[in-house]
Amino acid sequence: MDADVLIAALQHAVPGAHVERASSIDLQTTVYVAKDEVEPVARALRDVPELGFALLAELTAVDYWPKAPRYELVYLLVSIANRQRLRMKVQLPDDAARVATVTGIWPGANWLEREVWDLFGIAFDGHPDPRRLLMPEDWEGHPLRKDYPVQIHMTPRASEALQVTAEEFRANVERDRRLR
Amino acid sequence: MPEIRTEVMTVNMGPQHPSTHGVLRLVLELDGETVLSAAPTIGYLHTGIEKTAEQKKWQQVIPLVERMDYLSAQSNSMAFCMSVEKLLGLEIPERVRWIRVLIAELQRINSHLVWLGTHGMEVGAVSVMLYCFRERELLLNLNEMLAGFRLFPSYMRVGGLREDLPRGFHAAVRAFLDAFPAKLDEYEDLLTRNTIYLQRTQGVGVISHADAIAYGLVGPIARAAGSDYDVRKYFPYLGYDQLDFAVPTRTTGDVYGRYQVRVAEMRESVKLCRQALERIAPIGDYAVADPRITPPPKDRVYTEMEALIQHFLIYSQGFTVPAGEAYVPVEGPRGEQGFSVVSDGTNRPWRIKSRAPSLLACQALERMIVGGLIADVIAVIGSIDVVMGDVDR
Repeated sequence: MDADVLIAALQHAVPGAHVERASSIDLQTTVYVAKDEVEPVARALRDVPELGFALLAELTAVDYWPKAPRYELVYLLVSIANRQRLRMKVQLPDDAARVATVTGIWPGANWLEREVWDLFGIAFDGHPDPRRLLMPEDWEGHPLRKDYPVQIHMTPRASEALQVTAEEFRANVERDRRLR
Repeated sequence: MPEIRTEVMTVNMGPQHPSTHGVLRLVLELDGETVLSAAPTIGYLHTGIEKTAEQKKWQQVIPLVERMDYLSAQSNSMAFCMSVEKLLGLEIPERVRWIRVLIAELQRINSHLVWLGTHGMEVGAVSVMLYCFRERELLLNLNEMLAGFRLFPSYMRVGGLREDLPRGFHAAVRAFLDAFPAKLDEYEDLLTRNTIYLQRTQGVGVISHADAIAYGLVGPIARAAGSDYDVRKYFPYLGYDQLDFAVPTRTTGDVYGRYQVRVAEMRESVKLCRQALERIAPIGDYAVADPRITPPPKDRVYTEMEALIQHFLIYSQGFTVPAGEAYVPVEGPRGEQGFSVVSDGTNRPWRIKSRAPSLLACQALERMIVGGLIADVIAVIGSIDVVMGDVDR
């Protein structure tokens, strides 16, 4: 099925939806969907037989900070019946990073959405279990955000001598032994 | 007779449990031996590989992604390289494509052997583990021959391979392929009609076809439930459409079906390896002839100024990848896997995301074990073949 036919079928299935085609270099036809229309579009993608995207292969996000809109959600879908792949993208601004959940449509999205919440801080409205997935429950911040403070830049100091003197080294070893 | 007091018992299984294949924690609620509810907790192996990769140059990401799903290292790196090559718009030489097919299929046999061994051991067939690891050793020797490293060879490179095949590789692979089908028959003698094994696995951990697709399950789990989705057939890559192989499926959706599918897949992989091996010339291209990406051979680096400069540039600055987004799916041992790669046009990835089949399998675990017996939980965890490194990344 051609990409244009696919988009036409989608627009026919969800009248009035803002589905915008984007360029793509791989197998996935790429469309942008408005963030308020994710749920009806997703439901049509799964249920309309000409589309038949029953398999949600992947749900992830990309942080384009400091550009705006900051986040892009990426849904990779497979239609096994029609041998078709689709990349559905949703743009989200920094100050309103929330979108409707698709767990009611693809139950497999449950953990994938939790992972996105955990690592990017994008909230999914109506999610049945909105907890962190990978990081500890009391973790602060969302590590895959580009402004998450881990990238400490230090100039390399290869020309300088070893930072620890022999006495300090021996003292460290001794203290370590006593602690054990 | 006095009434026996009963109550629901909560059992914490894992994270340190030998049969959870790593560090999976399950909080089970039991009524006697029946599982009433199961809550998997993951994240104990989360190492932030995707975040680390954002600070590495493109070629430096390969050893990292090999360590995600540590049983299918070469499939991971191949998937990553193919996505980056798609962004670069590279046309990979035909010989390299067949070598990649060969390596990917050997990796599939390798992964399935570990699965068969550990799964067999968990349901009580300890000797199967010894046999499987005996043959896996031969595959690890092949890896060592290729790259000097047995588990994570990092032999794949963006643009092709690290170096040409070593001398004697064809003969070594052929010797393995000749011996292996008889060994597979041996394993089947031990399990396929073994009454104890059948009783432990048939009708256990059933998942329906519709549920498997809804939960995003692919690979042997879905194929045991009646799906025939295999990326190699549906969206062929590397020339799989020119090779002759079948996609084994079952409709039972239980542990035994997954066993049958994986054993049949190993036989198909042997066929594929033979076909790929026939197509690989002993000497030839091992990477694209693109001076921006492929470093020159070492003897030229030592004798030619231009080659030395080229070598230095590739290893110090790396190469830039045009801005864009690509995802190339491949069929790994655990089903469709691939890397969603985003580039901003620099020499480091903006974002990489691995599609982790184990994560989704782990999520569907609850559905397969609730209502069953506690003893079957072990059999089911074994049968879905989760690699916790892939779940947590």
